[in-house]
Amino acid sequence: MTTVTETHDDHHDHGPAKGLMRWVTTTNHKDIGTLYLIFALIMFMIGGAMAMVIRLELFQPGMQFIDPSFFNQMTTVHALVMIFGGVMPAFVGLANWMLPIMIGGPDMALPRMNNWSFWILPFAFAMLLGTFFMDGGAPASGWTIYPPLVLQGGNGFPFMIFAIHMMGISSVMGAINVIVTILNMRAPGMTLMKMPLFVWTWFITAYLLIAVMPVLAGGVTMLLTDKFYDTTFFNAAGGGDPVLFQHIFWFFGHPEVYILILPAFGVVSEIIPTFARKPLFGYSSMVYATSSIAFLSFIVWAHHMFTVGMPLQGELFFMYATMLIAVPTGVKVFNWVSTMWKGSMTFETPMLFAIGFVIMFTIGGFSGLMLAIAPADFQYHDTYFVVAHFHYVLVTGAIYAIMASAYYWLPKWTGNMYNERHGQIHFWISTVSVNVLFFPQHFLGLAGMPRRIPDYSIQFAEFNMWSSIGGFVFGLSQVFFCYIVYKTIKGGEKATDQVWEGANGLEWTLSSPPPYHSFTTAPVIK
Amino acid sequence: MNKLKQIFASVAALTLMSGVAHAEYGLNMPVGVTETSRQVYDLHMLILWVCVAIGVVVFGAMIYSMVYHRKSQGAVASQFHESMTAELVWTVIPFIILVVMAIPATKVLIEMHDSSEADMTVKITGYQWKWHYEYIGEDLDFFSSLDAASNEARQVGSGIDPSTVADYLLNVDHPLVIPVGKKVRFLLTAEDVIHAWWVPDFGWKKDAIPGLINEAWVIVDEPGVYRGQCAELCGRDHGFMPIVVEVKSEADYATWLVAQKVAKQVAKLAAIEDLDPRELKRAGKKVYRANCIACHQKKGEGLPGVFPAINGSAVATGDINKHIDIVMNGKKGTTMAAYKDQLTDLELAAVVTYQRNSLGNKVGDAVQPAEIAALR
Repeated sequence: MTTVTETHDDHHDHGPAKGLMRWVTTTNHKDIGTLYLIFALIMFMIGGAMAMVIRLELFQPGMQFIDPSFFNQMTTVHALVMIFGGVMPAFVGLANWMLPIMIGGPDMALPRMNNWSFWILPFAFAMLLGTFFMDGGAPASGWTIYPPLVLQGGNGFPFMIFAIHMMGISSVMGAINVIVTILNMRAPGMTLMKMPLFVWTWFITAYLLIAVMPVLAGGVTMLLTDKFYDTTFFNAAGGGDPVLFQHIFWFFGHPEVYILILPAFGVVSEIIPTFARKPLFGYSSMVYATSSIAFLSFIVWAHHMFTVGMPLQGELFFMYATMLIAVPTGVKVFNWVSTMWKGSMTFETPMLFAIGFVIMFTIGGFSGLMLAIAPADFQYHDTYFVVAHFHYVLVTGAIYAIMASAYYWLPKWTGNMYNERHGQIHFWISTVSVNVLFFPQHFLGLAGMPRRIPDYSIQFAEFNMWSSIGGFVFGLSQVFFCYIVYKTIKGGEKATDQVWEGANGLEWTLSSPPPYHSFTTAPVIK
Repeated sequence: MNKLKQIFASVAALTLMSGVAHAEYGLNMPVGVTETSRQVYDLHMLILWVCVAIGVVVFGAMIYSMVYHRKSQGAVASQFHESMTAELVWTVIPFIILVVMAIPATKVLIEMHDSSEADMTVKITGYQWKWHYEYIGEDLDFFSSLDAASNEARQVGSGIDPSTVADYLLNVDHPLVIPVGKKVRFLLTAEDVIHAWWVPDFGWKKDAIPGLINEAWVIVDEPGVYRGQCAELCGRDHGFMPIVVEVKSEADYATWLVAQKVAKQVAKLAAIEDLDPRELKRAGKKVYRANCIACHQKKGEGLPGVFPAINGSAVATGDINKHIDIVMNGKKGTTMAAYKDQLTDLELAAVVTYQRNSLGNKVGDAVQPAEIAALR
């Protein structure tokens, strides 16, 4: 570094740069947060469109519209897009926007890396979605990409692997940024046990990401060499083992489901106290419960593969460990209910989505507990019961939490209130339709309908039709959500700084919208 | 447009019919026909009721709170935010419930793992997309694939209403037959990719994994026909490889076994003679429809980019030995399987002859079963 002797004052407040380059070169956490959130919304709509194709084909028995191999491409890419392109970037966007503000820091600790970790994503997904136009089409092996099936894929296969690598790199960089920011950028007096719960859950999520994304990267690289360089990691004929991949995948995959849900826990723990006008019940037990869930998530992976034929002792261990997760998860639910208890509640849209989250996530938790019982799982496994389970925890769980935070913080981000009536309509249509969509799938699974099939026997016709109708309505109501967000960005009633009567925390001390650079001087927390 | 109309018509029909008793459809897990399936069902119901009970308490408290503790009701927020006692109570009580649940679950799991002292053994091999059953020690084995009626109806745009097909997608050409009341041990494996063998009435499913062998067992209490499906995504036609198990009385089973063996001998004798190419072609059409149509399509046009065409392909119109080789031994790194062990000499000869002289091809040569036999 050369010594610079600048005399003029370089400290007038920088606004954002003008034009498109603002978004390409930005290192501002708010800009990058916005980019992540918009990207996630676009991916959510693309993944949703694929779900519509799936529900259209399943509307009635018989093959009406698409070839079975295209159906498999739809289920596979729907999942990959929703998980890696929808839910994860949405939470990273929320983290970018809110973490620095919530801990009283000026920005993320590593702003250039922040820019990079976002800008990798559009390329990764362009590549993933590009596989649709390649020979052999998109990957059609399910998002779990089990060999040997995935190795039969066409030219899209290596592109999918490379896309997963890029998503992983992006996630790991994002996670490092979160940890470094939280450990270094807190305002004086903001001790760890004073941090808002959203910060805590993201802190723990970031460690999970760093721990497991490299495992996935290793696993998919082994797939790549099996396909192109004649290794036989997953081929029994060469001394490998196809089940080994499943162990590697789920060692990543189970912590991954908590990566998708822990930040949701955090968001809900912010919103419920605000609208109950009452402090969060059991703050420290929430932190410990989150940590226990994170720890347990590393030792339960094989419950995704009870039917592969593990030894009895293995099945028993994974059954017990999985059941144990119900304890800390229960603690969280009980704490949310206790927070509501004897509060003074109002039910604005964020609160509606948060309550919807608690109830429907708990329903997903119940089916999760049922799935943990290994002998019963031999029946549930790979049926629509599982599909119902993970859509309850991911759609009415993670995505409801994202919706809740969008409504909760949109006024802060844009300075405009969203239209409350529209928000309520969006909530009620979504909630009715999502239950029409997913609840009958429990029955379908119990009655014997396997997942990932493009056509089914007549006895499943009725519930599938209900499910499809629910799906179409749910899909449409998300278009309405996009409209609400658009209208709020464009204008609306001006939001106050406080926004919500019961809101507590540093983000509400800033103006709405907050200045481009906030907390350049750290606030002091007592 | 027609399809949309069809859909609207069926929505209307559905609305009319709801209320009227409908074709049997399940809401719950079947109780099944084995001791295991009944135990699994009991476990399922137990955990379900435990969840319902917890749900009633938790959701009840939430709803009560939402009704009475709302600002519009004039509720004033208390400021309590901690209680060690409460935290302990709702950590310890769920833990106890879990232990109570784990005990019966463990018992059932241990019993399910005990496949010793079996009366007979059947080896099940998953193929894309059919099942192969081998009766160990009986010199009897056969393939079991989706029945012709379902297979025709399930083609995209077939125009056949699935509800007119008996047991649509749940019927096969050759069901697995086992005796009632005997402990039948299954050895499960796969030829190409991972499949899973599942008959809900038996109470379990198990993966069939290439290169590995899994064990499972069943003692069925009642004679009958039990249906299931492949439960692990195994490629394009994963949804179209059902499982049908016919459980017969011991005497009926013995009769069936003898009949199968006799039929097999007769078929062997028939394959020795040279056949008229036209006859081969005719037989080949059937084999093609059952085995090749899924990928190569009805007119041999394939799926561009995914599955190669047969119509005018270099293989099907070129050197016949190369053609036979690919059909018999498959093509490495693709979905094209080796049919050497899946089809008889006659079937192999027939299907190759058919492909060369139909589906838009007119090579004019033929291959006899004896020539295939010589290549084995």
